[in-house]
Amino acid sequence: MSAGAEKISVTVSEKVVLNDLVTRFQFKRTDGDSFPAFSGGAHTVIEMTDGDMTRLNPYSLMSNPLLPDVYEISIRRDEDGRGGSKFMHDKVNVGDEMVLSYPVNLFSLDLRARKQLMIAGGIGITPFIAQIKQMSLLGGNFELHYSVRTKSLGSYVDELMDQHPNNVHIYHDDQEERIELEQLLSGQPLGTHVYVCGPKGMIDWVRSTAQSLGWPESSIHFEEFLAPQSGKPFSATLSKSNVTVEVGEHESLLEAIERAGVDAPYLCRGGACGQCETRVLEHDGEIKHHDHWLEDEERACGDKIMPCVSRFEGKTLVLDR
Amino acid sequence: MTDFEFPPSIDSRPVYGKLETRPGHAHLFIADAEGAAAILDFAAANADIMANSHIIYIPKDCGEKYVAQLEALNASQLYVGPSYPAAMSRINHVLATAHMGIQLYLAGTEGLMSETRTTATNAGVSLDSIQLEHRGSLSRRMQCVHCKGITENVITDPYVCSHCGLNLFVRDHYSERLGVFQGVRVDAEDHGNVPDAVELYK
Amino acid sequence: MTIQFNDETFKDDYTFKNSKEALARFPFPFHEDSYMYSVNLEPHVTTRSGSVFEKGFDVDEHYVSEMRDRAEVLAQDPLRSQSLPHMTLAGWDFLELVMENKAKDYPDLFELHKDGSTWRWINKPLGIDDTFTFLDDTTLPYGPLEYIGRQTQGDHVLLDQREDNLWADAGIVTTQADWSLDFDIGMNFNQWHAPVPLAAELGIFKRALKFLMNIQLGAPARRLNWTMTVNPLLDTSPENYAEWGIQKTDMNVDTVGAKQHLRVELQTLWRLPRSNALVFPIRCYLASFEDIATVPKWGRRLHRVVRDIPDELATYKGFIDNKPLMLDFLSKFDDGLPTSDGIWPDIETEPPLQK
Repeated sequence: MSAGAEKISVTVSEKVVLNDLVTRFQFKRTDGDSFPAFSGGAHTVIEMTDGDMTRLNPYSLMSNPLLPDVYEISIRRDEDGRGGSKFMHDKVNVGDEMVLSYPVNLFSLDLRARKQLMIAGGIGITPFIAQIKQMSLLGGNFELHYSVRTKSLGSYVDELMDQHPNNVHIYHDDQEERIELEQLLSGQPLGTHVYVCGPKGMIDWVRSTAQSLGWPESSIHFEEFLAPQSGKPFSATLSKSNVTVEVGEHESLLEAIERAGVDAPYLCRGGACGQCETRVLEHDGEIKHHDHWLEDEERACGDKIMPCVSRFEGKTLVLDR
Repeated sequence: MTDFEFPPSIDSRPVYGKLETRPGHAHLFIADAEGAAAILDFAAANADIMANSHIIYIPKDCGEKYVAQLEALNASQLYVGPSYPAAMSRINHVLATAHMGIQLYLAGTEGLMSETRTTATNAGVSLDSIQLEHRGSLSRRMQCVHCKGITENVITDPYVCSHCGLNLFVRDHYSERLGVFQGVRVDAEDHGNVPDAVELYK
Repeated sequence: MTIQFNDETFKDDYTFKNSKEALARFPFPFHEDSYMYSVNLEPHVTTRSGSVFEKGFDVDEHYVSEMRDRAEVLAQDPLRSQSLPHMTLAGWDFLELVMENKAKDYPDLFELHKDGSTWRWINKPLGIDDTFTFLDDTTLPYGPLEYIGRQTQGDHVLLDQREDNLWADAGIVTTQADWSLDFDIGMNFNQWHAPVPLAAELGIFKRALKFLMNIQLGAPARRLNWTMTVNPLLDTSPENYAEWGIQKTDMNVDTVGAKQHLRVELQTLWRLPRSNALVFPIRCYLASFEDIATVPKWGRRLHRVVRDIPDELATYKGFIDNKPLMLDFLSKFDDGLPTSDGIWPDIETEPPLQK
């Protein structure tokens, strides 16, 4: 039984370029069955085989969670990234076969909420699209505030405004339209939960503003997929497997471990879920923690690392794998 | 801080701390009897929020002991009421019109704090917006697991259910949802054999 | 597959009996000659054809009678089935899970026909043939959890996952080992386990919670739990404690073999798709001491487990007072011979009782 969630073989059934940055992909199951239904906010991990390199990237599902004949994701092209989004944009086409993971949800709606207040920036709109589809079928009170760079880069703005004119507010950066966040967070009824998905700066802004206005932590939800950062190459010794891996500049420690044929646990691959937590048996150098999972004391102690996003600089790193 | 050191217990048993400063636009204090002292201690270090504070106080046996001092805090609203049931309509109204960002501070007996917390969570307040500081009586709010009736101010173990009359032993198992500890028939395995009542924590 | 369903009672005259087949597949919970808590979770995959681990939701000869007992308990105390309002979606997820599993695993007994969101469910053993609209509770006689819970052996608790914890926010609970749904509903994992002695110090719950929160769609888990019950009584609730508590004192050396039962819970845990909740079915199997003793390995092992169990556990599991009587009976079946590892009866290889 290998790491990660259950896998599904799929065929690309649609590829639609939405604008200069974003392309939508639609998948059908290769065996013709329907997909598992899922909960809005869930993501799938796509296996991308690019020559001799396998990448595994998480993307939010934006298709209708309750009507799972197809799965859909939207990917924003990232020129400075490690190549996953470019690979999808440039090399994946209709008819191609790929592998998706079963949905995993680390950004679910709190169904007790009397009102769901959604704040999206750019491609961060995708999980909310699935959640809004779900709420449209099942009922529920939501309000979306969506910040886009320009009208042409405003993915899905037209559909959202069409279908939910009273619940959707759009802000165009290039027209100096800004979310009046303090005002927005100051008059909400009890039982409102706020959700933010977008660039790190936006997430930090919403979280800190909400906290300073007295919103309890349990009512503030955010999702940020950390793309593993590139960095200086380094070596890591896997003590149980008796092998030393050389982690390249553009691959993560987890990917290097997998490349060496060692089966390491993972789930979200974005530093958030804790599943890949690995014990550091020995190190001489500095662990570069890039995750959301470990506590500060755990980071300082140096006996744990999250290989999906974190790196190392120094002479020796020995892991319990 | 409460004078009483509660003995260590099971994970469902509430543990009380000291009221702490928190950001927020509105602050609601609800206390009974000696709980007023907790509000006064807190206000001494947080005078700046009194202008956005609503204090609801039920003195019970404390009578006038703390009232003048509470008045001197110059909270934007202060209510001194004869009983918790009498205060209920006011509390419900405040909660029904409250916004996200309100902070709740409960102080006094476990019974008052439990019942108020349940009222607040039913009105949509999150558990992590509510702080509790114990002061005064050690009596408990108990629910009979058999008839579901709630008996207030229980200070002995076993005690008699005020609804169905069974003799119940006092468990530390506590429901945040209902705001009660659980009482179970003490002579279930030997009907009629009821131990003498002993005061709690003695 | 044809199952011969018993017509039996789990209270009053207690006509419950295990057939030879039922006893052979009884999930004896002890894999070694002593017992201590552990996070004994494993993947819930098909294991051993014919065993209780073969199907997702096991149906046995007690099915019809257990469901009748459930209906009687619910009539007497409807608070045994509750769902906090936000858990209705999870209830639908669970209804789908049970219907799909049973229709697949017992096609002679259950059928599920879907036409878009119009579903037709046929439950032959219970004589049910209902058509309803999936996700529309106005088309079912009860909420979805209660509807399917009245047709599925075991108690079922729905756990909402939020704030780094699991919350027991819905359940149908009529075969519980002495806990109250009405009291515990709304509690989180740490709170509802609070009364269990020793386990928290061992870090059991911390590890278990982490594991449970990471359970994914399509990858359910399971474990066995156990306790003791006098008489084959399913409804051992705190609410009715006075009625069954007194039965514990009504055993003697001649009746202990037939009255004392080992009560085993097969607990499974499944991730639910639309709600992202977990469902926690707790399936109860009973076997009398005298029946268990007919399996030589089990007779030896059960004696040793009961003999060496810490008093705290025996007290928590409610049998400390009857322990001497139980040991009196069980010692007759322990000849001191070694026992094989694992829970299976191993009839072919374990020697008969030497005395």
